[in-house]
Amino acid sequence: MEQSFLDYYSLEPLTRWIHDALCGVMSEDWAVFLESLVIGVAILLAYAVLAVVLIYMERRVCGAFQCRIGPNRVGGKGGLLQVPADVLKILTKEIIRLKNSDHVLYELAPYLVILASVLSFSCLPWNKGMAVIDLEVGVFFVLAASSIGILGILLAGWSSNSKYTAIGAVRSGAMLVSYELSLGICVLTVVILSGTMSISGIVESQADGWNIFKGHIVTLIAFVVYLISGNAEANRGPFDLAEAEQELTAGYHTEYSGMHFGFFYLAEYLNLFITSGIATTLFLGGWMPLHVAGLDGFNAVMDYIPGIVWFLGKTFFVVFLLMWIRWTYPRLRIDQVLNLEWKYLMPLSLLLMLVMAVLKTCGLVF
Amino acid sequence: MNSFTKYVKRYWRSTKSLWVGLHTSIRVFFRKKVTEQYPENRHTTLHIPERHRATLEMVHDADNHHHCIACGLCQMACPNGTIRVVSEMKEDAEGKKKRVLVRYEYDLGSCVFCQLCVNACPHGAIRFTNEFENAVFEREKLHLVLNREGSTLAPPAEKKTNPVKA
Repeated sequence: MEQSFLDYYSLEPLTRWIHDALCGVMSEDWAVFLESLVIGVAILLAYAVLAVVLIYMERRVCGAFQCRIGPNRVGGKGGLLQVPADVLKILTKEIIRLKNSDHVLYELAPYLVILASVLSFSCLPWNKGMAVIDLEVGVFFVLAASSIGILGILLAGWSSNSKYTAIGAVRSGAMLVSYELSLGICVLTVVILSGTMSISGIVESQADGWNIFKGHIVTLIAFVVYLISGNAEANRGPFDLAEAEQELTAGYHTEYSGMHFGFFYLAEYLNLFITSGIATTLFLGGWMPLHVAGLDGFNAVMDYIPGIVWFLGKTFFVVFLLMWIRWTYPRLRIDQVLNLEWKYLMPLSLLLMLVMAVLKTCGLVF
Repeated sequence: MNSFTKYVKRYWRSTKSLWVGLHTSIRVFFRKKVTEQYPENRHTTLHIPERHRATLEMVHDADNHHHCIACGLCQMACPNGTIRVVSEMKEDAEGKKKRVLVRYEYDLGSCVFCQLCVNACPHGAIRFTNEFENAVFEREKLHLVLNREGSTLAPPAEKKTNPVKA
């Protein structure tokens, strides 16, 4: 497979050049420190901007699924300023301190949730040479980092000293822990197929075809199972029983106000994006362009589209799939949620992993 | 083995039903949106469903005739005294005494738009219309008189024509 197309938009020469230039004027430690600072700010900026984009998209998509238009008044045509206006509003809200809550944990919880979300966010492969955290065990790191969020949710529910938050937190804790299993097993299926746990390695192994096509029907089913359990991990869709308004008001973040609530809200939407981003990485080839075997002209045109466009396009496609699921199904009861995971999804994903291992060992994958 | 086939069958059935749900909602996604952008489309694309009940109206024809015989059935049917039929007894040319409508008073402010009056009317003299922009600043303006100035009962021949029921 000819792979020269991978180098058109590689950012590696640029970043190397910047690094060398900085080392020329200061010591290497300072250069690395400065670069980390810039990248950190860039990640947080991208995080905030994407949250705004996702919330806007959610409102419009939800509206369309309910035969409505959605927000279209604020900021001229299309209501583009609606979400920024809401963000400004939530920034000016008072953060209420509860008298009988566990203050340290109460204030720590939203930061844990957002930390987990930012950590896994920075693992996404945006483009060639644009992975911020690229470990040898990157996939493992993402799973581990995103699990910190569960701790934040449990702490939030416990420390607010209210029955609603406590029940909501326990519910979503039970759900998240369960769904992490089939999520992890689906990820393992892809790891078996690619033979590596490094995120950039998985992306590069898909240069000759995305995993969803390479693994016959097995990866296709794994993709669906991943989407279902990823939706549950993001506390969304038919699995948003932590926020069952009828019984639990808003679930674990009932007692939060102002930007502390905003962090939970932000993390929910970014978790949606991260779930989709990881799905893109694992199944849809990350920033790899779409290639059809035999159509060389088509392939060459596809190569000219930068990787970041491919990545964002595919991720937003998966985000749309998740929103489609969310606005189609009614919320499940807690026992139904756990039934679905333990009786249906987990056995299926175990079977998928087994089949994939057999296929890989016999060399039956592309 | 039997329970296992049951499990697989159930799995397949529920997957199929989930797909039906997705299929339905994506069709709705591409459907024409029903939102009315009201003040802007007031004179252009505003669509009020035909059966929407906005205000009561007495049907008058071109010769300023109505069909109300002042029987008071609508007044009796009204659950909260919105309608008051003021009538008087008059002798016609043949010397027969007849009830004639003087004022048909209707209080828009207390109407619940239940349509019981329209259903009670034996002659189709009243109906609900679509004119929904009824907001006013004073309560008194909601007290309407529905029969027009100088209007009279339609002659009997005309009464036979199919009355319009809204």
